[in-house]
Amino acid sequence: MRTLELDAPGWTDHRAGQHLDVRLTAEDGYQAQRSYSIASAPGDGIALTVERLEDGEVSPYLVDEVREGDQVEVRGPVGGYFVWDGDEPEPVLLVAGGSGVVPLMAMARQRARVGSETPMRLVYSSRTWDDVVFRDELETLGVDVVHTLTREQPPGWTGYSRRIDAELLADVAWPASESPRVYVCGSTRFVDAAADGLLALGYDAGWIRTERFGATG
Amino acid sequence: MIGIAELRLDGNAVGGLLGELFGVDLTAMPCTCEGCGAREQMACLDVYVGAGIVVRCCHCDAVMVRIVQGRGRTWLDLRGVASLELEE
Repeated sequence: MRTLELDAPGWTDHRAGQHLDVRLTAEDGYQAQRSYSIASAPGDGIALTVERLEDGEVSPYLVDEVREGDQVEVRGPVGGYFVWDGDEPEPVLLVAGGSGVVPLMAMARQRARVGSETPMRLVYSSRTWDDVVFRDELETLGVDVVHTLTREQPPGWTGYSRRIDAELLADVAWPASESPRVYVCGSTRFVDAAADGLLALGYDAGWIRTERFGATG
Repeated sequence: MIGIAELRLDGNAVGGLLGELFGVDLTAMPCTCEGCGAREQMACLDVYVGAGIVVRCCHCDAVMVRIVQGRGRTWLDLRGVASLELEE
């Protein structure tokens, strides 16, 4: 993972949860484009936290190659659906699979930035403790964080150690009676499992906003 | 090998392109399927990205939108969309 800070003249300030498209053009004219979520809160610049995907076309360049001062082509901010502005009254449940935490981090940062007292809980599935992105900062934002580590747990780990399913969500999600707003971001398989689990708890499909990221980077 | 199910994205993935074509962000805009009549926000639809882009109804799987880009132009086929609601 690497966080890149972009300076984009003429940029319209983004909303928490939005993404942008990055387009790279090779010398022979070949172009590759991918979407990346914005990790920073609105008003706090554009920070992209990018996961390097093996065999990817864009992410290895962004993580390993790009240097300060380099230019990339971007389009955005994009999205009016997977967004949270900070003034919505309902409690918020964020459900992250791996690097799906990035747009949810923008929401957690936005909550802290605007001084919102809306209850916010993040359920965050990672493979190992070392894979947890924003691990230290997450403890400082006033958001309840529930980790599950699906592949390997550190010695003495007392948290969850399985994939997010209906049973785990039943333990940690807000009761359906509170009509929470939910944002789920991760791989397609992760998002489907989490959304199914929430529907099984009696959540209304309209409360659940999802964003899937692709298997190619 | 990546299975077809894992290649399924959602309408967020085409938000940038559609925003450029229409001049307005469509991801939260309701879109009605010509096949089954379901009305969903664009972000909820199923999207497959390959040589072109195919947007399918998340209820009946009908093809709603096809987009192909090349030779300096964009082909946009909206035959599977009964209506697209744009906010004023």
